[in-house]
Amino acid sequence: MKHESISRVWPDDIFDALKKADVKQVAYVPDAGHIELIASCTGDPDITAVSLTTEEEGIAMLAGAWLGGDRGALLMQSSGAGNCINMLSVPLHCRMPLLMIVTMRGEWGEFNPWQLPMGQNTERVFQDMGVYVQRANHADEVGQVVYAASQLAFSSNCVVAVLLSQRLLGFKDWSK
Amino acid sequence: MTDRKKGTLDRRYVMRTIVAQRGDTLMVTGLGSTTYDAGTVDHPNTFCLWGGMGAAAMTGLGLALAQPERRVLVMTGDGEALMGLGALATIGAQHPRNLAIAIIDNEHYSETGMQATHTQRGVSLGAVAQACGFAQSETIYTEAELEAMVPKLFGAEGPFFGVIKVNTQRYPMSIRVRDGAYLKDRFRENLLGAERAYY
Repeated sequence: MKHESISRVWPDDIFDALKKADVKQVAYVPDAGHIELIASCTGDPDITAVSLTTEEEGIAMLAGAWLGGDRGALLMQSSGAGNCINMLSVPLHCRMPLLMIVTMRGEWGEFNPWQLPMGQNTERVFQDMGVYVQRANHADEVGQVVYAASQLAFSSNCVVAVLLSQRLLGFKDWSK
Repeated sequence: MTDRKKGTLDRRYVMRTIVAQRGDTLMVTGLGSTTYDAGTVDHPNTFCLWGGMGAAAMTGLGLALAQPERRVLVMTGDGEALMGLGALATIGAQHPRNLAIAIIDNEHYSETGMQATHTQRGVSLGAVAQACGFAQSETIYTEAELEAMVPKLFGAEGPFFGVIKVNTQRYPMSIRVRDGAYLKDRFRENLLGAERAYY
């Protein structure tokens, strides 16, 4: 599958928001929607970017980061939301902040039906677990939403997920 | 699988022996028996996980990255480690030099009725860690070997992986402090100071 080379500004806006929030550790599960952001984090000398084998590792890692005085963020795709559920017990019970930046699948123009069960239920299962969910649907609001979410997470010691609408990622027309 | 060596070490002896030499090491312990063991030698520099099975190794990685000048030791059981096996690949790839992981391996799930774990059926966590690129990985069975390993837990180049085979002796659960928010605040305040811990 070829990645479209659309130039988009919002990944840089997220990066700027994370820097402004003093994020030092970024845990990520590789994801096409986060390509530019992962590259920016990996290239930043003040950020340690760690590639995970599964999303729940990132939740445990950022709990450790917080214990050691570092702020962190978890970059993932909505397909990994289910992988997180029990591990969220750690930050939720311990009142540790957790900032998750989640690119959505299974909604706007999805071509792969296997993505629908998790994508369509991501917001609900997060909320059922006690995660505060914030959405960004338009490119020009992404930076602000992420920064506001970081303030919420780090000031109130709570778990916040920013869901980035699949609409932001562009529509892949697989009918051709 | 004939002639497999059995663990004879006592888990609480192992915990006491290691903790006696911890110095200012930051420790994370995993659910469940290892956390109970740690409760008998509680310390503000120890964060005990009472949940999130599979979290211990990665919690140690995040802590080790945040505190590169401090030694970080994760102590957890074989069952807990098996639930987060991918973490060993992530840690091997990240290669934190200040992190050590000690597995208290009794080859059983102690808290759920002593069912066998895969380590009883031939799976070697030490070999997994080695294959994942840990700087060093050792599996030990005796007091003498434990004595030789302890300095490595605190000083050998990381990531260091030590599998300590113990017997199946069970102890009453040591119900010490188990509120996670308190344990987190205690740990952070002790490490970072109150001003930074609560900013």
